[in-house]
Amino acid sequence: MTQDPVLSVRNLTTAFRTDEGWRSVVRNVSFDIASGETLAIVGESGSGKSVTSLSIMRLLAPGASRIEGEIRLNGRDLLGLSEKAMRGVRGNEVSMIFQEPMTSLNPIFTIGRQISEVLTRHKGLSKTEARAETIRMLERVRIPNAASRFDEYPHQFSGGMRQRVMIAMALASRPKLLIADEPTTALDVTIQGQILDLIKELQDEEGMAVLFITHDMGVVAEIADRTVVMLRGDAVETGPTEDIFHRGRHPYTRALLSAVPKLGSMEGKALPLRFPVVDTATGIALEPVGAERSVVQHQPILEVRNLVTRFPVRSGLFSRQTGAVHAVENVSFDLRQGETLSLVGESGCGKSTTGRSIMRLIEPTEGEIQLDGFNVRELGALELQRMRKSIQMIFQDPFSSLNPRMSVGQAVAEPFLKHRMGTAAEAREKAAYLLERVGLPAAMMSRYPHEFSGGQRQRIAIARALSLDPKVIVADESVSALDVSIKAQVCNLLLDLQESLDLAFLFISHDMAVVERVSHRVAVMYLGEIVEIGPRAAVFENPQHPYTKKLMAAVPVPDPARRGIRRGISNEELKSPVRPLGYRPPVRQYREVSVGHLVQVADA
Amino acid sequence: MPVFIGKRLLVAIPTLLIISIFVFSLQKLLPGDPVLAMAGEERDPAVLELLREKYHLNDPIPVQYVNWLGGVLKGDLGISLRTNQPVLELIGEKLPVTIQLAIMAMIFAFAIGVPMGILAAVKKNTVLDYIASIVALSGLSVPNFWLGIMLILLVSVNLGWLPASGYESIFVDPVRSLQTMIMPAFVLGTALAATLMRHTRSAMLGVLSADYIRTARAKGLSPREVVLSHSFRNALLPVITLTALLFGELLAGAVLTEQIFTIPGFGKLIVDAVFNRDYAVVQGVVMCTAVGFILMNLIADVLYVLLNPRLRASL
Repeated sequence: MTQDPVLSVRNLTTAFRTDEGWRSVVRNVSFDIASGETLAIVGESGSGKSVTSLSIMRLLAPGASRIEGEIRLNGRDLLGLSEKAMRGVRGNEVSMIFQEPMTSLNPIFTIGRQISEVLTRHKGLSKTEARAETIRMLERVRIPNAASRFDEYPHQFSGGMRQRVMIAMALASRPKLLIADEPTTALDVTIQGQILDLIKELQDEEGMAVLFITHDMGVVAEIADRTVVMLRGDAVETGPTEDIFHRGRHPYTRALLSAVPKLGSMEGKALPLRFPVVDTATGIALEPVGAERSVVQHQPILEVRNLVTRFPVRSGLFSRQTGAVHAVENVSFDLRQGETLSLVGESGCGKSTTGRSIMRLIEPTEGEIQLDGFNVRELGALELQRMRKSIQMIFQDPFSSLNPRMSVGQAVAEPFLKHRMGTAAEAREKAAYLLERVGLPAAMMSRYPHEFSGGQRQRIAIARALSLDPKVIVADESVSALDVSIKAQVCNLLLDLQESLDLAFLFISHDMAVVERVSHRVAVMYLGEIVEIGPRAAVFENPQHPYTKKLMAAVPVPDPARRGIRRGISNEELKSPVRPLGYRPPVRQYREVSVGHLVQVADA
Repeated sequence: MPVFIGKRLLVAIPTLLIISIFVFSLQKLLPGDPVLAMAGEERDPAVLELLREKYHLNDPIPVQYVNWLGGVLKGDLGISLRTNQPVLELIGEKLPVTIQLAIMAMIFAFAIGVPMGILAAVKKNTVLDYIASIVALSGLSVPNFWLGIMLILLVSVNLGWLPASGYESIFVDPVRSLQTMIMPAFVLGTALAATLMRHTRSAMLGVLSADYIRTARAKGLSPREVVLSHSFRNALLPVITLTALLFGELLAGAVLTEQIFTIPGFGKLIVDAVFNRDYAVVQGVVMCTAVGFILMNLIADVLYVLLNPRLRASL
């Protein structure tokens, strides 16, 4: 590198005060970023990547944290600055955007005020000048009708638009360094693509340095010139992104990369495949044990016909119904034993509502559901109880879906006891067996959820779902919140269980790459409707519906050859399924592309 | 907004009706006889009967209630059995006194409680935070009648700075009025200040750890701007709701405080009325309080909506 780096970090060590004294969470991390360059810090939760970025900004609580080493911005040592001088750096020379666009803007101020604040604070602009400049920034981040949206509040913007506002705010003062801390993690995949494009585009125009923090290898491959891999506070490997991906030296780097689900990796394979298990110490990948099996073509265990679920929208003086959210609209599919059908789509597409409607956790509006001999929609309260033995659910958040005051043994045994399937002793025995089955020692039965990691908790949730010997499991984003390596392990566990117990999975996910790996069949949902359904290979290798294609094109693929890829900036937002009263959904036609591969025919 | 307020006022009507029935019937269940209190030494049954007849106390209770309600709708709250004054007039006389006391107490409570709460939250787990908590706890645990008596002893009896009791209308002699009111208002305000401080602190703590506060700091704003503008405006929302609820506590406290400082206010009126079984006055005062309470909550809700852009849009 010929030019001087914008940011130079040397031996950064950050420690937090704990009851046992100082505990370092980032150790001896060093890197440089030149202007116009993008450096990614990648790592799983607890790797210290966010702490690194907050250390650079000196945003950690001063009493509870200690930052050592050297952080130079254009040669000036940031750690030596007074707090007052540091405030002149923050938001001015170095700006930051965060993961959660929904909560990162102050709800009671207009977005215009929040952006112009940066300009009046750092650039000494008057209110009118700041307003004009803010509108210009809003236009640069491609917010439609920027001028008229100046006086709007954050809640009037969608998640993607709020992230644009955050970017406008961060770039208003033309910083030399932009720190982006997981800026697209909370966004839908098509919106993520837009935001990544926008950051790249603005970087080209401004020539700023970008420090990009992420856990997503696909995003890294797409955006970073160079990459730092962090593991439990240490930077284990630093280098050009291509080298990291293709010639990673550290075992952890290789382990991480092989665990990443990669869209397109299943080409030519008909059936689900386990993720390769990689030893993080040696980095040697054990190729996945094949053990593929096809679904025995017996009768479907679950048949859904013309399912419709709508929620009323009320407003006005007497809360009259003024419209409806058409959450699920005319959805039909079958699920066989031993089969995984995935429902994929973005937020608001109705995939979770479909899952809940089938279990009648939400009352469907119309349609027919046959589950294991039950006509689900006709069941009374008692029969509904019995029906739920056949179908169980695993939720997304393993931290809030377990009762913190119940030991994991009790949690797993509870459904068994509540359904009077045996004595307390039998329940305990069953719980012990199931915990072993999901890979946890039965001796852990008396422990409480807080003693377990996220991945272990998800295993416990799976054990709990299995305690009634269900035939169908609805897995609602069950692996979405997990770290890459844990996600691979939990997916493998689900595949193992499917094989040995002949389970049927309704796998609800927004993650195309994971879906590709675990599914037999896939249904793509958009605005409450299934737009394309068919065998996984057919849908992924020969997508027909425009939305399926768009969705697949938006997924970042962990391949550095795609760096610099542009999708053509659009600022299209996800459409809303809210319809006026009396709206009649159009009658849809489906066309059969190949056996079992159906595509909705676009509006004539 | 008018729709919102109209809706809330409509809901208030059944609430007030239920309260009035409740209070009316509860009073009649109390032992004691207003006529005995009125007649004083006179125990001639004929006289007592005459009095009962005069005030319709022999009518069945539902009939009495309906008569009373009819009067209320015509703006007549009845006549005090004790002083023969119209209840409305009594209330009109006493209410301003208590309103003045309440406003001054609230000013004390806010001036002490809110800044202390903000400070305690910003300086969480430091000596300042602990001191604020101890002060708040003392404010809550010291009974205000005791505090009142101690203040009278110190400030009035020993130092002679302020009058120990009495009342002067603020419109007649503002200086004298403030002098007589400042101690009672302080006594009444301290307990509220403690509650306000605790709630301001916890609301501020919640806000200070919010993502948007991190954003504000990352923008390079000064701690002053971060705390007072970005944080406090958000923390104010739950505090406003709490304040409306504290209104009830304020009235209960006023009853005691007015007794100690012998202030001729609402609190004293209701205590005297209850002891003398002066039904019409008790009923009138309770209804008046209920209306006040509902109004306070309505004001709080309106403020809450106005300060919260999310709700403002839904109106």
